[in-house]
Amino acid sequence: MVGGGGMGGGLLENANPLIYERSGERPVTAGEEDEQVPDSIDAREIFDLIRSINDPEHPLTLEELNVVEQVRVQVSDPESTVAVAFTPTIPHCSMATLIGLSIKVKLLRSLPQRFKLDVHITPGTHASEHAVNKQLADKERVAAALENTHLLEVVNQCLSARS
Amino acid sequence: MRTREEELKGLGADFTFGFIQVMDGEKDPRNLLVAFRIVHDLISRDYSLGPFVEELFEVTSCYFPIDFTPPPNDPHGIQREDLILSLRAVLASTPRFAEFLLPLLTEKVDSEILSAKLDSLQTLNACCAVYGQKELKDFLPSLWASIRREVFQTASERVEAEGLAALNSLTACLSRSVLRADAEDLLDSFLSNILQDCRHHLCEPDMKLVWPSAKLLQAAAGASARACDHITSNVLPLLLEQFHTHSQSNQRRTILEMILGFLKLQQKWSYEDKDDRPLSGFKDQLCSLVFMALTDPSTQLQLVGIRTLTVLGAQPDLLSSGDLELAVGHLYRLSFLEEDSQSWVAALEASGTLATLYPVAFSSHLVPKLAEELGIEESYLARGDGPTKCSRHRRCLQALSAISTHASIVKETLPLLLQHLCQMNKGNTVAGTSEVIAVCQSLQQVAEKCQQDPESCWYFHQTAIPCLLALAVQASMPEKEHSVLKKVLLQDEVLAAMVSVIGTATTHLSPDLAAQSVAHIVPLFLDGNISFLPENSFPGRFQPFQDGSSGQRRLVALLMAFVCSLPRNVEIPQLNQLMRELLELSCCHSCPFSSTAAAKCFAGLLNKHPAGQQLDEFLQLAVDKVEAGLSSGPYRSQAFTLLLWVTKALVLRYHPLSSCLTDRLMGLLSDPELGPAAADGFSLLMSDCTDVLTRAGHAEVRIMFRQRFFTDNVPALVRGFHAAPRDVKPNYLKGLSHVLNRLPKPVLLPELPTLLSLLLEALSCPDSVVQLSTLSCLQPLLLEAPQVMSLHVDTLVTKFLNLSSSPSMAVRIAALQCMHAVTHLPTPVLLPYKLQVIRALAKPLDDKKRLVRKEAVSARGEWFLLGSPGS
Repeated sequence: MVGGGGMGGGLLENANPLIYERSGERPVTAGEEDEQVPDSIDAREIFDLIRSINDPEHPLTLEELNVVEQVRVQVSDPESTVAVAFTPTIPHCSMATLIGLSIKVKLLRSLPQRFKLDVHITPGTHASEHAVNKQLADKERVAAALENTHLLEVVNQCLSARS
Repeated sequence: MRTREEELKGLGADFTFGFIQVMDGEKDPRNLLVAFRIVHDLISRDYSLGPFVEELFEVTSCYFPIDFTPPPNDPHGIQREDLILSLRAVLASTPRFAEFLLPLLTEKVDSEILSAKLDSLQTLNACCAVYGQKELKDFLPSLWASIRREVFQTASERVEAEGLAALNSLTACLSRSVLRADAEDLLDSFLSNILQDCRHHLCEPDMKLVWPSAKLLQAAAGASARACDHITSNVLPLLLEQFHTHSQSNQRRTILEMILGFLKLQQKWSYEDKDDRPLSGFKDQLCSLVFMALTDPSTQLQLVGIRTLTVLGAQPDLLSSGDLELAVGHLYRLSFLEEDSQSWVAALEASGTLATLYPVAFSSHLVPKLAEELGIEESYLARGDGPTKCSRHRRCLQALSAISTHASIVKETLPLLLQHLCQMNKGNTVAGTSEVIAVCQSLQQVAEKCQQDPESCWYFHQTAIPCLLALAVQASMPEKEHSVLKKVLLQDEVLAAMVSVIGTATTHLSPDLAAQSVAHIVPLFLDGNISFLPENSFPGRFQPFQDGSSGQRRLVALLMAFVCSLPRNVEIPQLNQLMRELLELSCCHSCPFSSTAAAKCFAGLLNKHPAGQQLDEFLQLAVDKVEAGLSSGPYRSQAFTLLLWVTKALVLRYHPLSSCLTDRLMGLLSDPELGPAAADGFSLLMSDCTDVLTRAGHAEVRIMFRQRFFTDNVPALVRGFHAAPRDVKPNYLKGLSHVLNRLPKPVLLPELPTLLSLLLEALSCPDSVVQLSTLSCLQPLLLEAPQVMSLHVDTLVTKFLNLSSSPSMAVRIAALQCMHAVTHLPTPVLLPYKLQVIRALAKPLDDKKRLVRKEAVSARGEWFLLGSPGS
């Protein structure tokens, strides 16, 4: 599903990318500390789940590379839907599917089952946008990808806390 | 070699050659350690190596980099690190190896293996201590290329750090070498190479390579004054220009942050001649740039600006008085920014630092502004205006205490604060409790800053304490019209704030001065002698121990703050009478505040009193009082409080009677009325107080008292738990969990096997305090003693999962944190539970509280990674 080239210490596709600032920890509000008040799942909460995912190539997070942004997260808690658009750093990035898969897996592991997930490329930012979106939307292909030990390993590395 | 050095040296290079033949091909790590030591001795003791330098190098360097993993259960205990260090000592011991070693190191830095990279960079670093320009000359370009590549491309912070350290040592080595008159100085060409490769990246503040480049330049500049000068004079003009070329706040912030890094390096070198200082030429540009940053709307840029200002201020004789006036003006403005900006905190901190260096600038430009501001606030407070004004008032108080870092400034700020406090309590001003507390907190911070300087300390003490006591005594006087505002001073929280001011102002007094003060204050409370108070025309007498007014009795807390903070060798006048009065008050049926204050004061004095007959008498009196009170009647809870504090005083100093009192306390765990209070009492016994019985307040606190308390009492607590009737069992669990919770973990670990079953039982206790305390006790144990804990994995997982749906949010969070910590147990133990746990953790992912969901996400994420490739 993903061309694994570029890994293993070869030349980086984009050696000197633009770096964006990391947002701070979400401040804890009085309402969040109150036992009684329910806090609904909002865009910032979803963004916090995915912003610290590691880029497969750089020692940087998806947030620092601006691959994910809070404004590109749509969420409706009552309707149990989440839509995330991500932006590859360059239009021919061979890592796009892998990044999308990492985001998808992270959300699958972190959100209640009731949510319907949609992870796709920000329109017009990648050469093979439709092909990638189609793969990410196909449940069976995602499941099959995760059966592949090599892919699962790379996804897990992206999702591991930085040592 | 130890005893026959002369003879061995007599053999000449033959001995060296013979040794090389013997060592060749050695594999056993034990022998290698010895062999490396011998080679090191051959070199350092100057044995003749003859023509065999290269052979000696070959026979040792073939082991580099060390790749050795000790077998499990290795009886010899040789670690990989031992071999690495002893081989490194050999390789880096002589410049004669340089021509062979440097190519080898370059090759190994370029290798794919992380440990080889690290070892090579560290070895290079070690070599620079003995090498000179001659040895490095031919290898500089390739070494630089390797280091640059590692720092630019690495994903590992350790490689980056070692690369920077190696570059720093290389530069230091080049800077240090003595040159022949005709030789070319390699330092300049080396630095020019670095600049050439890094400079242009500094002009792209958005790109990834900007920071690695800045770090490389800073590592080189940090090596010597000459290097620093060379690099700074090249980079600083460029960065100053770049700041103006880029207009976005975040770009400017990156640039200013780099400038800050270079400025900080200047502090490492002292320049004797003022004109030599490389910064003086850039001073005006730097100042105007910092002031631009301070007025920028971006908080992040402001913050870097504030830090840069502090660093510029720390350069001796750099800033002119005009610059300082401007700087103070900016800091004043920033100090009053909105709550959510972090700049005001940083501005206050910077003001404090700069005020120690430039007290005059702050006295003349900032103190008057703050005084004026405070006056305006007084008039607002008088009109009872809303909370926006309050926050300005707070900020003003915080600014006053922040700049009180110099004795001469304290002489201006302290009178201002005290006068303000008096104004707030005069006639027409209606001051809220929180405003008065804010003034006290500010006073306390000033007191803290005065502690280190004996003169300021005494100035603060003799100025502030009589004033505070006078205000409090005034407020405690019976009055015809019961004005509400004066009673503000007698509230629990306000008195507690005053207690901490008095304590802080007392602990650092010299014994002589403390004795002067105690001769006034004790008679004030015992005899009503008010002569030393600044305003002492009161409508009635002050007799906190005799008279019936509860207001006056509450002021015993202030007496406690003072006498319990005195150095131990200060004699307290009328001690016998004082102790009896305190004991009387502690069991008197008044408000709990004053009886507790009396009990604490009694305990504080008891703790410091030297052993002997008088101490025994005091103790006997206390025990009698406690027993009489506990037996029956309306004073049971007061008597219990007294028992608790006296026990604490004795436990802290290992007094023999402490065990007897602790047993008494333990007995009360099954008391139907006092049981829960007794359980909570264990928390007080084990924790550190803030006002009395503190080390800072010169109390006798033995370092191991918690461990000792644990060893002496936990077996009895466990027995008590098993013997106790069902309804009081939770009290024992609660007491126990308080003890365990406060215990240093290394002490707890060996006891764990015997206690764990009890802790697991405590998890089923319905009391959420016990649950929470037990969870917080188990969580670190999961991380530190995974082997022991893994025996109970089944119970742990089940109970943690149960508690993750507790009604209490704090318990749910703690239980999920424990579920996360469980992943540190050996993976094979956990794998059978993986599916079940992942399924169970799906539920808290949908918790109504965000903070709970956050913990559930991180716990579940870790469980997914267990036994999965790539984790």
